[in-house]
Amino acid sequence: MALTNLLPDFMVTKLDALASLLRKHSLWPMPFATACCGIELMATASSRYDIARFGAEAMRFSPRQCDVMIVAGRVVMKMVPVMQRIWLQMPEPKWCISMGACASSGGVFDTYAVVQGIDRFIPVDVYVPGCPPRPEQLIRAVLDLQEKVQKTGTIDAREFADRTTYEGPTPLARELAPEQAIVAPGDYRTATRLRPLPLA
Amino acid sequence: MATLDKLQAKFPGAFTTSSFRDNVRVLVNAAKAPTVLFLLLKFLKEECGFDMLTELGGIDYLNYPNATDRYCVVYGLTNTATGERLWVKAFANDPDPELPSVVELWNGANWMEREVYDMYGVRFTGHPDLRRILLPAEFTAFPLRKDYPLRGYGERHNFPIVTRAES
Repeated sequence: MALTNLLPDFMVTKLDALASLLRKHSLWPMPFATACCGIELMATASSRYDIARFGAEAMRFSPRQCDVMIVAGRVVMKMVPVMQRIWLQMPEPKWCISMGACASSGGVFDTYAVVQGIDRFIPVDVYVPGCPPRPEQLIRAVLDLQEKVQKTGTIDAREFADRTTYEGPTPLARELAPEQAIVAPGDYRTATRLRPLPLA
Repeated sequence: MATLDKLQAKFPGAFTTSSFRDNVRVLVNAAKAPTVLFLLLKFLKEECGFDMLTELGGIDYLNYPNATDRYCVVYGLTNTATGERLWVKAFANDPDPELPSVVELWNGANWMEREVYDMYGVRFTGHPDLRRILLPAEFTAFPLRKDYPLRGYGERHNFPIVTRAES
């Protein structure tokens, strides 16, 4: 009876949980938008979808001020050092959302210049499928990330220090040797494929 | 076309011509191109009024039916007074495809020649700054050549991995 009187006045918790609770409701995204997913990312911030409802509306274009990097769009090999540098410049604790098929797996761009998934080179927390994903999907990813922050976050980022091994996907099971790679033999006169060439 | 007659009188036997609909092409083969091409383009610019270089691009004719030379650089010229257009196709071959640079004539050719060098490996002699323009400087292959595999030689996986612990 005495306890019920006291309930509204105090709460017993861990400092970590409190820090995570506050932190997860003010994720500041670093928009790393390289393609059409960036347009959906902007739409997510607009009043119709309004990512501000979940506390992630403060987009900062300086990595020093951000908690979560949203990689939206395809990343080519010339962009990888830039992306890694921006990731390294962000202060701890930090998270990464890989938005869209291209950032997550290379998408349809299976060519010599396009990286087949950014998680080969930087750590990724949440993947968003879609080409491009709807703003609702990105909001879902933010909610999932909030759950992850609540469960794993600490005030001094201990959980990051423990993770010393690479967490991305295993390298391609079999990278094709150059002589095995398929270069479609075409008939350049008609721009059709695989017509038997000796016409005479 | 009056220009072709003038050109024929000035450079007899140096080129062949072909046409498709209203496209007129002047073809300079790989044996003649290093010596003739620059003079021919200079003549077209200064004497025939083709004062604008509209486009400059490369082609790889590997495995192309009836092709005799492998690389081709296409110069699209426009006469801004009359609106006439003319295409000049110059050819080059392995192992060292080389053509004279036309940056002296048209400054706009600078980046376009760099792009052709970047993608096909055709070197332009006399170019003031022949570096790669689109691909990273450490790239070694020429990706638009027909014998380059679509997925490359593994350049896209050749980066350090940043893990949680070290970031």
